[in-house]
Amino acid sequence: MAGLPGPCVSRLAIMPVHDITILLFLGALAAGLLGALTGLGGGAIIVPLLTILFHVDIRYAVGTSLVSVIATSSGAAAAYVKEGYSNIRVGMLLEIATTIGAITGAYIAGLVSPTAVAVIFGIVLLHTAWTSTRPRVEHIAGGPPDPIALKLRLDSTYPTPSGPQHYQVQRVPLGFGLMYIAGILSGLLGIGSGVVKVLAMDRAMHLPFKVSTTTSNFMIGVTAAASAGIYLHRGYIVPGLAFPVMLGVLAGALAGARMLPHLHTQKLRVVFSLLVAALAVELLVNAFMGKI
Amino acid sequence: MGLPHTLVTGHSSADDRTEQVVANVLRLGVLIAAAVTLVGGVLYLMQAGATRPDYHVFHGQSSPLRSLAAVARGVAAGNAEAIVQAGVVLLSACPVARVALTLIAFAMRKDRLYALISAIVLVLLAYGLLGG
Repeated sequence: MAGLPGPCVSRLAIMPVHDITILLFLGALAAGLLGALTGLGGGAIIVPLLTILFHVDIRYAVGTSLVSVIATSSGAAAAYVKEGYSNIRVGMLLEIATTIGAITGAYIAGLVSPTAVAVIFGIVLLHTAWTSTRPRVEHIAGGPPDPIALKLRLDSTYPTPSGPQHYQVQRVPLGFGLMYIAGILSGLLGIGSGVVKVLAMDRAMHLPFKVSTTTSNFMIGVTAAASAGIYLHRGYIVPGLAFPVMLGVLAGALAGARMLPHLHTQKLRVVFSLLVAALAVELLVNAFMGKI
Repeated sequence: MGLPHTLVTGHSSADDRTEQVVANVLRLGVLIAAAVTLVGGVLYLMQAGATRPDYHVFHGQSSPLRSLAAVARGVAAGNAEAIVQAGVVLLSACPVARVALTLIAFAMRKDRLYALISAIVLVLLAYGLLGG
């Protein structure tokens, strides 16, 4: 993608609707599939895809991406049969932080320049790529229980082969604060910010992996829905882009969820991370050259 | 697809059943949203498939489909782009329905604290969906 000469990009940008629709649908299908298989969500790819390859204004790209995030989250939630992993109380409590954050982020998006949004996006993408190649370390806490977690009845159990395993939720205020930041990023960039959400629940609150992953997916759609209305009102969501991307991502996410149990995804995660990193660099270069 | 009535028996299995109901509703919601978007999209391709829109220049403020009322009027008039936007709105409503159903489940369990927390999230979502 980095090697595409300028004139080619310009021709892509003024293609007729028929061609744009087919290319976008295929791109979104791939993004949804990769997102579901790696657990990283497709939102990270949609914005660079639209801005770099299709020369779409970043505000339209962010609006379209937000639609794809809601589609991925809802599609995955509808496809997976939950087995008692997600913690509804933790999710709902933290939703207060992420929805306020998302509304804040959507307002910030209206105040800062598109170039600034592109730069922040590039940095977040680099961080996502870096984080996703690193091994996740399970932090199961001993230690004294968090009084706030006790008061809010957040501690719970999750199923294991040897019966239900109890876990304690730690550092609730820190987790809440990180979730507010995750919400701001989601509202500002039109992404799910699953990486920050999982970080908050793994590292700060010491939730087991399976609990934090499923709870994060529960939260992503709700967070994104909080800024969807504001985006619509600002004209960030255009039908011609939203329609192929939403349907493509949905189809990709559903297919990915079906394939997931049969695949070894570690290598795929590395490939996906490299792709995300390359897109991030491309986005940053474009921003600094004043093209966005 | 009614909510389970025996939610008081042990939070873990009740949580599971709530999740199951919510997953079913979501499945239906996503399906409807996708179907509406597909219909709108096909109509849009038939009407405007050969045009060359320029998305490089942002003119969001001049877009006519920026409110729920405008989208509803457009759908009533059979406008293809409005039907796509309606699909997007329906899709955005899925997570909201998820929160609303969870609120009902907490209320049925007489869990006032979490019914309140769910209600706060629902109000925030309504604020966002109505355009802030």
